[in-house]
Amino acid sequence: MSLTAKDKATVQAFWGKIAGKAEEIGGDALSRMLVVYPQTKTYFSHWDDLSPGSAPVMKHGKTVMDGVGFAVGQINDLTAGLLTLSELHAFQLRIDPANFKLLSHCILVVLAIKFPKEFTPEVHVSMDKFLSALAIALAEKYR
Amino acid sequence: MVEWSDFERSTIQNIFANMDYDVVGPKALARCLVVYPWTQRYFGNFGNLYNAAAIMGNPMVANHGKVVLHGLDRAVKNMDNIKATYAELSVLHSEKLHVDPDNFRLLADCLSIVVAAQMGTAFTADVQAAFQKFLAVVVSSLGRQYH
Repeated sequence: MSLTAKDKATVQAFWGKIAGKAEEIGGDALSRMLVVYPQTKTYFSHWDDLSPGSAPVMKHGKTVMDGVGFAVGQINDLTAGLLTLSELHAFQLRIDPANFKLLSHCILVVLAIKFPKEFTPEVHVSMDKFLSALAIALAEKYR
Repeated sequence: MVEWSDFERSTIQNIFANMDYDVVGPKALARCLVVYPWTQRYFGNFGNLYNAAAIMGNPMVANHGKVVLHGLDRAVKNMDNIKATYAELSVLHSEKLHVDPDNFRLLADCLSIVVAAQMGTAFTADVQAAFQKFLAVVVSSLGRQYH
C-alpha cells in the first residue's frame, strides 16, 4: 500500500493548509491518546502532569508534529529521510511500534474535528496511508 | 460483563440521541469504502463504486449506511448485555454474509472520525474514549459467534 503520486500531492497540499495549527493538533492528539489508550501513559512516567492540555503534553505534541512535518518533506523517501528518528525510537525510546497506529488514529480524529470540510474521505485515505508509511519508516531500525 | 461508568452511559446515550442518522450513517459507510477499499468486496451489487465521488453519491451506500447505524440502536438500549443482544447478528455476519470481522473495526474507526467531525470540540478525549469503548464492545460481540 505504497504512496501514489496522488497521495503525495494530497498530503502535501493538505499539510500546507494545516501546518499553521501543527502545535495544537499535536497537543490535542497526544492528549487524546493518553486518555483513550491509557496504556500509552507508561511511556511518560517521568512527567508530572499527563492530563489533556498540560504543559508537558502540549510541548511534546509539538515535538511529535514537527516530526510529522519533517516527514512530509521526506515523502519521496521516508525510510532514508527518517533514519535518524528511527534510530532514536529503536535504540533509545524503544516505543512498541503498535503504539504508532494509536497516535495516528488520534491525529486523524483531531484533523476531522479541526478541518471538517477539508478532511474529506480522499484526504483521509492519503493521510492514513502516509501516517502508516511514516510508522513503518520509524520502525525500520528496530530489528 | 462490561462495566460502564455513569459518564460513559450518559455519553453514549447523548451521542446517539443527538445523532442525525441520515447524515452520519451514509458518511461513515462511504468513508469506510473509500479509506479501506478492500471493504468494497461485500458490496458487489451496489453499482458504481469506482471512485470516491461515486461512492459518496451512491444511494445504495447511503441507504445501507443508515441500516448499519440503526443496527447500533439495540446496543445503545442494552449496554449491559451487548454480547447477547448481538448473538444473532454475529451469526448472520459469519454464516450468511461472510464478513471478515476485522472489517467491523475499520468501520468503527470511520464512525469515530465522522462523529468527531459532527460534534467538533464537544468530542473531547473523555467522550472519544467512551465512544470507542462502546464500539469496541459492539465489534467484539459481532465477532463472537464466528467459528
